[in-house]
Amino acid sequence: MNLTLFVWRQKGPEDPGRLKQLEARDISPDMSFLEMLDLVNEDLIKQGRDPIVFDHDCREGICGTCSQVINGVPHGPEERTTVCQLHMRNFKDGDTIYIEPWKAKAFPVIKDLIVDRNAFEHIIQSGGYISAHTGGVPDANAILIAKHDADTAMDAAECIGCGACVAACPNGSAMLFAAAKVTQFAVLPQGAVEAKKRVNSMISSMKKEGFGNCSNHYECQAVCPKGIKVSFIAKLNREFIASLKT
Amino acid sequence: MFKEFKTTVGKKLIMALTGHLLIIFVIAHVIGNSTIYFGGLNSYAQHLHDLAPLVWTFRSVMLITLLIHLLLGIQLTLENRASKPDTYAVKKSLRATTASRNMIWTGALTGGFLLYHLLHFTFQVTNPDISARANLDSLGRPDVMVMVVSSFQNIIISLVYIVSMAVVALHLVHGIQSSFQSLGLNNNKTLGIIQKAGLIVSIILFAGYALIPLSILVGMVKG
Repeated sequence: MNLTLFVWRQKGPEDPGRLKQLEARDISPDMSFLEMLDLVNEDLIKQGRDPIVFDHDCREGICGTCSQVINGVPHGPEERTTVCQLHMRNFKDGDTIYIEPWKAKAFPVIKDLIVDRNAFEHIIQSGGYISAHTGGVPDANAILIAKHDADTAMDAAECIGCGACVAACPNGSAMLFAAAKVTQFAVLPQGAVEAKKRVNSMISSMKKEGFGNCSNHYECQAVCPKGIKVSFIAKLNREFIASLKT
Repeated sequence: MFKEFKTTVGKKLIMALTGHLLIIFVIAHVIGNSTIYFGGLNSYAQHLHDLAPLVWTFRSVMLITLLIHLLLGIQLTLENRASKPDTYAVKKSLRATTASRNMIWTGALTGGFLLYHLLHFTFQVTNPDISARANLDSLGRPDVMVMVVSSFQNIIISLVYIVSMAVVALHLVHGIQSSFQSLGLNNNKTLGIIQKAGLIVSIILFAGYALIPLSILVGMVKG
């Protein structure tokens, strides 16, 4: 199939950037979205033009680097799917596709479709860890954890930190990301010790990095490739309230 | 403690708490208004005035609550705009609604309506000829009934009130469900229920308020 692409081209952080029209020819429906871009890039290189710069790593849907807003939806039209796992069978011949980078103050564009997501790392550095020595690997069942809590922690830990939540949020808020991280530790005995300090540090860090406030639009949940639920944001709010009672 | 309330989550918590106080007022107000159908409006107004110290305490609390809600709302909105300076060429909303996207505007319109409403019925300066202060009923009480009925017989005033109530309802559709989430009173099972309940409460409140000018317009309630 043949497609018309409007791709965000931006030379560097200072460049205002703009959408540029490109043609994608002879695209197989079995290709992934990134393979389609690879093909377009090959053409561009052959023509002596600058290839489209985009982030990718595992191409298995777990690294969270392929940050692209496709036709107005972070990670594209398929639910719970990263760009690398999005296949061209979701599009049809003659389609026009708009490809833009994540847009948020906290995620400045480095070039074309690559954004700087260090702000997420800084949130993690502010409290997304446990500092207690837990020793070697404990014997199975030495620390008893209720099935419900283990499930909640695992669900929260599914977050791959791709930033789609921030990209989709009209406020550029990182609440879903921070909420998943806060929850994954708070429900486990090892993480509960520092829960109060952690939630406050991570909330302050979000603000410092330039993320917006949560307006409960729930756009984040709709685009999350890992299905992280906004109920974790309610959990973060509960953790915050609990931290006020000293 | 105050430091925590200056954080993003702390501010939302205060928005939710002040919002709840305002919703309770809106519910109490529509119940009080319903005395119009039983001819008890003047007596209700008189009773309120007899409780002057209580009424003034209540009014002060409401005013402070409203100011906090308003100022924080503006601050949060400005912060949010700053965090998302660039927009996408193409953007699809998957979950955000007209109500959720326009909270600042429905809030501003509600504020504007509130000012008019206070000038109209509380300070009674917009229509002095039919003000309750100028007309006493047969028991010598300010005739609130005549003021309300004569006002709403004017189709423009009625329309302003009905449209404003629709705006308030739109604010509440998002506000009610959002406030529970901000207070942490939500999980996967309750999310949908709270959203529906918020919608139903908003519709009931809209109907309750809009029915008064409507019933006067069609002549069901007479002075």
